[in-house]
Amino acid sequence: MSARHVGSNESSVALIGNPNTGKSSLFNALCGTSARVGNYPGVTVEQKVGKLVGSEQPIEIIDLPGTYSLAARSADEAVTIDVLCGAQQGVTRPNAIVVIVDATNLERNLYLLSQIIELELPVLVVFNMWDRVQEEGHKIDISALSTRIGLPIVCTSASKREGIDQVRQAIIAMTTGGIKALASDKTARSSFPTAFLNESESLAALLKTKGIETPRIEVDRMLIDKDGHFQTIAAKAGGPEIVQEIEQARTRLESSGCKIPLFETKHRYGWVRQQISGLVERPPANRVNSSDKIDRWLTHRWIGMAFFVLLMFLIFQSITLIAKWPMGWIEFSQGWTQGIIEQWIAPGALRSLLSDGVIAGIGSVLIFLPQIAILFLFIAILEDCGYMSRAAFVVDKMMSTIGLSGRSFLPLMSSFACAVPGIMATRTIESVKDRMVTILIAPLMSCSARLPVYILLVSAFVPDTTYLGGWLSLQGAVLFAMHCVGALVAIPTAWFLRKFFFPGAASTFLMELHSYKWPSWFVLFQRVRERVVAFVSRAGTLIFCTSILVWAAGYFPGDHQALEQAQSKLESLTASGDAADTQAIDGATASINAARQKLIDESFLGMAGKTIEPLVKPLGWDWKIGVAAIASFPAREVIIATLGTIYSLGSEEDESSDSLKDQMKAERWPDGRPVYSLATALSIMVFFALCAQCSATLMTIKRETNSWRWPLFSFVYMTALAYIGAWLTFTIATWLGMGS
Amino acid sequence: MNSRGNPLTLSELSPGQSAIVDEVVGDDSLASRLMEMGILDGEPIEVIGRAPMGDPTEYALRGYRISLRRNESDRVLVSLLP
Repeated sequence: MSARHVGSNESSVALIGNPNTGKSSLFNALCGTSARVGNYPGVTVEQKVGKLVGSEQPIEIIDLPGTYSLAARSADEAVTIDVLCGAQQGVTRPNAIVVIVDATNLERNLYLLSQIIELELPVLVVFNMWDRVQEEGHKIDISALSTRIGLPIVCTSASKREGIDQVRQAIIAMTTGGIKALASDKTARSSFPTAFLNESESLAALLKTKGIETPRIEVDRMLIDKDGHFQTIAAKAGGPEIVQEIEQARTRLESSGCKIPLFETKHRYGWVRQQISGLVERPPANRVNSSDKIDRWLTHRWIGMAFFVLLMFLIFQSITLIAKWPMGWIEFSQGWTQGIIEQWIAPGALRSLLSDGVIAGIGSVLIFLPQIAILFLFIAILEDCGYMSRAAFVVDKMMSTIGLSGRSFLPLMSSFACAVPGIMATRTIESVKDRMVTILIAPLMSCSARLPVYILLVSAFVPDTTYLGGWLSLQGAVLFAMHCVGALVAIPTAWFLRKFFFPGAASTFLMELHSYKWPSWFVLFQRVRERVVAFVSRAGTLIFCTSILVWAAGYFPGDHQALEQAQSKLESLTASGDAADTQAIDGATASINAARQKLIDESFLGMAGKTIEPLVKPLGWDWKIGVAAIASFPAREVIIATLGTIYSLGSEEDESSDSLKDQMKAERWPDGRPVYSLATALSIMVFFALCAQCSATLMTIKRETNSWRWPLFSFVYMTALAYIGAWLTFTIATWLGMGS
Repeated sequence: MNSRGNPLTLSELSPGQSAIVDEVVGDDSLASRLMEMGILDGEPIEVIGRAPMGDPTEYALRGYRISLRRNESDRVLVSLLP
């Protein structure tokens, strides 16, 4: 009997493929809800791990970042090859690999496979998008191809959940030893020039004398990729002597007619052609298919650009229109819950905490769940149908005038949903300077956390006028304009950063354009679910805590005895239902209102607020808005929770069940003018469009740039922009007569 | 050859034209990226269309579509197909 650890025989399988081959769909289908997302220790690359559903033995599936090749140039690609070679700390080397391939684009996709099979691990090949192979009329002889390559092939349509069971069975077979690694004489490397194989051999030997044990594939990459990831590693471990030896080896190879890096790609594509020759027949390349017909319009000189702007505009229009109903329901249940609490709990600190702190705080944020879900649904549809890469294609020239590339476009576009995944998506940008500029301007994109702030203010203070028979609303137009503010400010900002902080040559773009397809319901559902869960859990934790803190600051240190006595008196009066007591009721209400107002003015919150009021007055704000803006440092949408709590604490008794919107409209300066004019509302919105009030974003910048300097820089420059922007907005709007 | 007697580059082709790749110039990471995407000597490549502002350009090769900026397609020497 052996004394093995119980978990030590757990198998792990890596999932790898080119970008956009349906890898995430396959991963989700294989692992269900068991997926965990984290970071690889020591590096800022996302690690996605799940358990294979339906396997008796626990099998771990590692979803690696999408890549075209094992030649590592970006942080993502370096981790991919490190994990596959077992060189990534904290991750045991996988026992087997699943290579997912876009079967409609075999030649380019099999290039990666030709590199993977040299890792000497069992490999399963998944031909995904099989539905489109059949639709488009490709002819692939799977069994002959599988025999020729020497690897099992399974066909799937992952987005429709077809063929998943066969993949599962094959993975189980692979981990129980049913599939062996490919013999090395069947790989593309076996046809490499002898000169190269010898150089690789002697470099490995040299590294060994220095005590550096390197897998063969990494030695190959050191030789082939000039200034690549592995050359840097070799330099770190073996010093300049190794780098010199590598450079000399390259010169020797060059003179013997083995051109680097040309020979590798040549041999690999040669290997691919050999495998597929006679077994794969694709429809004529230059045939105009339906995707091309759509493209002719969507990337047209004028129409393409107009379509892009119109599409974005329509999305924000529909968010305001569609979300009206579910918002009403949530608002109603919030008021209902507050009513229940007031019925069951006697006046006092607990009642105030629950009703004014928790419910008013969280409820006012949760109201915006429908908008968030709708926004993410639209983004997921655009991504999944293939339009996003077209949008990058259309705007690339504009990006290049400010020194960025279309590669920065996708991270920036996803920052419209949330800057955190947006900043993480910058890892795919090869140029470090481009990446830094993109990281620094990504938080200017109007994320979904700003949406609640805009919606609240727009619906309360922008006239509900519609044009064109109700199809075009002024509120929707203002909402769209607010989303443009950040993007417009980002243009000169990016130009400035690129010019003065990160000067250097223009970067490359080089992007694959996939043909259009119908989005898959599974994918859409998965994306929206992920974001909704994240939003709700944020409301339940971060916003919950801030709400309680703000409530406490607004509740203490005042003496609440007078208020509570008045409340009890009022409640007993109303309960008795005696109409003759109207006068007494009015008296009690008046004393409650006076007490509430006095208490919040004299609370910690009130004291702090009065101190900063001179600072925010030029923006058209009173101290309550100022405090709420500062308290929203953890996350922008917290301002709503904070305002909800502040106004609920200080609200007039007969309005306590009113919505936040109505409470805001009722707010008055001491001289009786309403606090909120259209100018004030616009000034708040512009402030939130430009400010960096989001601790998660700043932490992400810290993690991605590995320094406190850049999050600090972001916070300072964005807050300055926000203050100036809000002041300008208020001043101009007041001048235009929106100040009252 | 183009009109100035220099080798013809991919960036000089107009939408609808087809060519055969002769060479990718250079050995830096851009060159190897282009080659990895399948742009190798002897491969036919077709210009599909330009983006609204004239750059980048969409190409078809090996049965898929790729978008290249002018500074990238400048690196690819080609011979025009009739």
